[in-house]
Amino acid sequence: MKRDIEVEVNGNRYRRTVEPRMLLTDFIRHELRLTGTHVGCEHGVCGACTIHFDGEPVRACVMLAVQADGHSLRTVESLAEEGQLNRLQRAFNECHGLQCGFCTPGFLMTLQPVVDAGEQLSDDEIRDAISGNLCRCTGYQQIVDAVNSALAPSQPDGHASTS
Amino acid sequence: MKPPAFEYEAPSTVEDAARLLADGGDDAKLLAGGQSLIPLLNLRFAAPSLLIDLNGVLELAHINEAAGELRIGALVRHSAVAGHALVAERHPLLAEALGYVAHPQIRNRGTIGGTTAHSDPAAEVPVVLLMSDARVIAHSTRGQREIAVDDLFVSIFTTSLEPDEIITEVIIPDRHVEPGTITGSSFQEFARRHGDYAIGGGAAIVELDAEGICRNARVGLLGAGMRPEESKAAAAVLENSTLAEDTVREAARVATAEINPLGNVHGDVQYRREVIREMTFRAVMTAANKAKAGTA
Repeated sequence: MKRDIEVEVNGNRYRRTVEPRMLLTDFIRHELRLTGTHVGCEHGVCGACTIHFDGEPVRACVMLAVQADGHSLRTVESLAEEGQLNRLQRAFNECHGLQCGFCTPGFLMTLQPVVDAGEQLSDDEIRDAISGNLCRCTGYQQIVDAVNSALAPSQPDGHASTS
Repeated sequence: MKPPAFEYEAPSTVEDAARLLADGGDDAKLLAGGQSLIPLLNLRFAAPSLLIDLNGVLELAHINEAAGELRIGALVRHSAVAGHALVAERHPLLAEALGYVAHPQIRNRGTIGGTTAHSDPAAEVPVVLLMSDARVIAHSTRGQREIAVDDLFVSIFTTSLEPDEIITEVIIPDRHVEPGTITGSSFQEFARRHGDYAIGGGAAIVELDAEGICRNARVGLLGAGMRPEESKAAAAVLENSTLAEDTVREAARVATAEINPLGNVHGDVQYRREVIREMTFRAVMTAANKAKAGTA
């Protein structure tokens, strides 16, 4: 039996009627048309579908849409600030932390809380933080570089790179 | 890779959940963190008629201390258990083991009750619960009972729970420690990537007296067979020794001499037995070094 749910996503309220078996990834992509959240393995291994559920990174492919009823979600579409890439996104751009970009939304949503926490991390700690996300292009080093760059003290112009 | 159709209920109390489970028949399934169950649905290895979602049962989300025990509600997430001050203080082995449970995104959803009910012999939490003499509360419309985890874990993905019973709480007693001794513990796991499914692992708790003699030892094995395992024979080798390297090697050999890990593409039986033996050796040595250094 279909169920009515009400979900807050990126600050907007949505009401939809969904089958219990609808995955949260499919709800976000097909019902809300927010296609930034990517679907890779669909069984909780690759991390491409990582979103924030009540503020915490989770894998949306191993949750049901009905479980989001009454909860607050954030997707990668929420990261840009006034149409400009945020600090973490700029760092990925500047450090070549992506090639094909398929895994990038998942990495960004995994890493945003890490960057927000603002603690300096060793490369090993960064690698631990991204251990739940697969990237087939970069070999990960540029992603580690991007996190280091995003965590580096602010430049006067607010950019993550040194100029 | 989409789940088959099922009915869905989201009760807000244990009583309602128990009634739904009792009425739901054999094909009703409880949904806790869903980090194992939903992949199984997506892969169509499971096709329940009814999913009873426990995530709204807030009475299952507590961590309390009472009468020398830690009582952890079944719905407490791995990340919350790992970050809890009382867990770090009294059960550092559990906190350490949780660091090996998958990845941060999964630890934010997975629950202590879920992993206990799932009864996976390669899972980290069940083996630590076994080494800690933990118990669970099993609740149904017929009442509730306590089950020692040693009696709960029957086989791979199989527990002694009745079909209408819900694990509501995991109870971990404080370790009894002899006066004048220092305890060390360690969890060692081998996987191709950190957080992946374990190829094998070992865990140890050792208690050393002022002369450096081991007064008490617990040795756990990860992925050693059809259920989480503890080796009393290995503990007997360690107890009353000074935990010299040769003794610890012998204990690890004894612990793994008769185990039958499940062979698969990541390693055959012999390879996995050797991995578990080495991890067990490292766990005991590390636990001993921690005790000697007084760092728990």
